[in-house]
Amino acid sequence: MRITVNGESSQIAAEKLAAALDELGYGAARVATAVNGEFVPAAMRADHALCEGDRLEILAPRQGG
Amino acid sequence: MPVFYGVEIASPLMLGTAQYPSPAIMAEAFHRSGAGVATVSVRREAAGGDGGAFWDMIEGLGVPVLPNTAGCHSVREAVTTAHMARELFGTDWIKLEVIGHEDTLQPDPFGLIEAARILCEDGFRVFPYMTEDGILAGRLLEAGCEVLMPWGAPIGTGRGLNNLYGLRTLRAQFPGVPMVIDAGLGMPSHAAQAMELGFDAVLLNTAVAKAGAPAAMAEGFARALEAGRLAHEADPMEPRDMAAPSTPVLGLAELE
Repeated sequence: MRITVNGESSQIAAEKLAAALDELGYGAARVATAVNGEFVPAAMRADHALCEGDRLEILAPRQGG
Repeated sequence: MPVFYGVEIASPLMLGTAQYPSPAIMAEAFHRSGAGVATVSVRREAAGGDGGAFWDMIEGLGVPVLPNTAGCHSVREAVTTAHMARELFGTDWIKLEVIGHEDTLQPDPFGLIEAARILCEDGFRVFPYMTEDGILAGRLLEAGCEVLMPWGAPIGTGRGLNNLYGLRTLRAQFPGVPMVIDAGLGMPSHAAQAMELGFDAVLLNTAVAKAGAPAAMAEGFARALEAGRLAHEADPMEPRDMAAPSTPVLGLAELE
């Protein structure tokens, strides 16, 4: 299915969020995720089903003020 | 030293981690100033990226971290960002920013109250970035905030305490509430002034990171904060309009 990952269109085969992260190359990276603007905790990624057109945000710790 | 949500921090200097010439200079600024809190953010990660490296560096500073919701313009964005930050950084502290205007970066007081209420109910310890409005302060306390962070001036301007009267009034209105001057400070004298007014801490980033010698400037801020804190505790004199000689008049010779 085609989803948007951090603002970029992406084609994925995975149907669940955890599998999608692996497929997209995030592996064991320290990231937090949101789908369509809603936070999805790490513990729920394995069960969270993705849908065509979903907007996935993948964030990591960064510098801030 | 300031106590935020039951945690005593080592210094009234809360320092940002952005815009430094290098990670090493950032670390030096923290070490030389003894800053008590490090502010951080969450941003998009590229596949194969190494956000973990930044996190390891921050952990190495050995100070509590305060993640922010910088750049969020809506309640929904801020709440989602706060949840993502809580998971990433393992803290329920959140510097809540709900920006109301693109140019001034002025906080949106209405969105701020709503987001603060949602996050406080969800167990977050909220540090709201706010204007110096006393009514807003009261509403944020009602929402569950136990720390307030009024701005000195708009973010990144370095203009110091823009509204002295308003800040003094806010401080007097809520004497027992820990308050941090957040944003707009440019020089250590601004930080000293904040402490002289009775504020508990300052939060700044650009003034240190964009100085020619960030670590030296960070130390300057730390010393100014200590000077201001001592002055506040020393019960400063009241200013007056008329001159008054400090040298005794009694015993003055008649030499004309």
